[in-house]
Amino acid sequence: MRYIFIVLTVLSLSACSQWGVKPWERSVLAKPEMALDNAPLTSALDDHIYFSKEASSGGRGFGGGGCGCN
Amino acid sequence: MKKHQKITLALATATCSLIGGLPNAQAEISPDYGDWDVNAALLFYSEADRVKAIEPVISAKKQIDTDETVSLKLVLDSLTGASANGAVSTNIAQTFTRPSGNGTYTTSANETPLDDTFHDTRVAVSASWEMPLSRMDKLVLGGNISNEYDYTSIGVSSLFSRDINERNTTLSAGLSFASDSISPEGGTPNPFSEMLPAGDAGYSATRVDTSESKTTIDVLFGITQVIDKNSLLQFNYSFSQADGYLTDPFKVISVVDATTGIPIDYVTGVAIVPGTTLSQVVYENRPDSRTKHSMFTQYKRNFSGDVFDISYRYMFDDWEINSHTVDFKYRLKTSETTFWQPHVRFYQQSEAEFYKPYYLSGSQPTAGSKTEFATADYRLGEMNTMTLGIEYGHVYEDHGWSFAAEYYLQTSTEPDNKVGELNNQELSPDVDAFMLRFNYDF
Repeated sequence: MRYIFIVLTVLSLSACSQWGVKPWERSVLAKPEMALDNAPLTSALDDHIYFSKEASSGGRGFGGGGCGCN
Repeated sequence: MKKHQKITLALATATCSLIGGLPNAQAEISPDYGDWDVNAALLFYSEADRVKAIEPVISAKKQIDTDETVSLKLVLDSLTGASANGAVSTNIAQTFTRPSGNGTYTTSANETPLDDTFHDTRVAVSASWEMPLSRMDKLVLGGNISNEYDYTSIGVSSLFSRDINERNTTLSAGLSFASDSISPEGGTPNPFSEMLPAGDAGYSATRVDTSESKTTIDVLFGITQVIDKNSLLQFNYSFSQADGYLTDPFKVISVVDATTGIPIDYVTGVAIVPGTTLSQVVYENRPDSRTKHSMFTQYKRNFSGDVFDISYRYMFDDWEINSHTVDFKYRLKTSETTFWQPHVRFYQQSEAEFYKPYYLSGSQPTAGSKTEFATADYRLGEMNTMTLGIEYGHVYEDHGWSFAAEYYLQTSTEPDNKVGELNNQELSPDVDAFMLRFNYDF
């Protein structure tokens, strides 16, 4: 699985040279709901629940410690 | 000489006027950065017969200069209820000693043993400072402190990012460090020592220390790429190294009769009978280090106002756990100010190499063994989970709110080759939870 991921990453990055927009084409991307983490409080609450109920954490950001729940 | 004095005087005058003039000049060009931007959320989490939590969060962010902000966040987390202690269920009621060594709790026949002494309130405070280093470079520094009855955590983090390729690509690199300490009720147990009857004089001999600690270092590398005017993509790789006390001091492993599968009686050394004072269980022990690798990718696309958001994470570690997580949200714009957002999340993990749901009598390690590892904590077993949710929100120019309801289901895989009565028992029953969340942006 990890090799598929790496291959996909490399292929995607090689396509980066074709991607991108000019500054005046950013009106949609600039909308708050298009931020990668547009609801950080919700993400933090979700991360805390899953951190305490499952064996994985982090990915989007730091996994860290911070709780005696796991 | 005279000419030199004149030049010196002129320079001094110019310097003074510059210094004197700076505050005014700055005040004139300084924009009004406004008040604190405050967001709040309230989460209710409820598992049937198990943990219940109420978690209010408030965060505030203020712009202090061009592209420079400070943020503060306060989280309260109030937990009550019961959690699985790791022991197996059986067809006879079982009694266990509370973690303090004083008092007992009894689990009915055919029920998963749950320790109902579980209650805690956590307070967490965090702060971050985002600053520009140059036109294309940014640094975010953060710190957090979290405290609960038996657990304290202090952490710091830094995240550097650079925009390249006409700001269509952002490269980021981060480092975080956390130091945690745990002081469990009754102290930390000796690995694989037996749980003793309540009030037993030998209780302290089963304890190693009053507190333990661990450190966690995380390293993160990321790349975010704008694809076109409606979509973007992110890849992250993160590495996490935890060292120290990673065992759960409250979790135990049952010792069962090798033929009947019924837990052994602590006193008689044979299978328990109704009215037995204590089932034989031993305290778990996990390795004192864990190295995790995570790869995360997220794709986000705008479809005429609707937002499609999907992410995938692959995690593997040196405990031989690997996991896959897919998270999907679709934000459906129903008017200029309202939206609905369905949410689906699937998670699958393999079991830790030392996952051990029970011991057959006589096969348990010697008390105090530090070279053997075992846990019956179902959270380190093979598991699938699913989350289904829906959120409804209003977004206005200067404020907004949303309400979300979610259902979470954990399905664990039963162990192979169960013996005797264990075949009639579901050792890892499904756990489900309801969540309600209210967000308000002031």
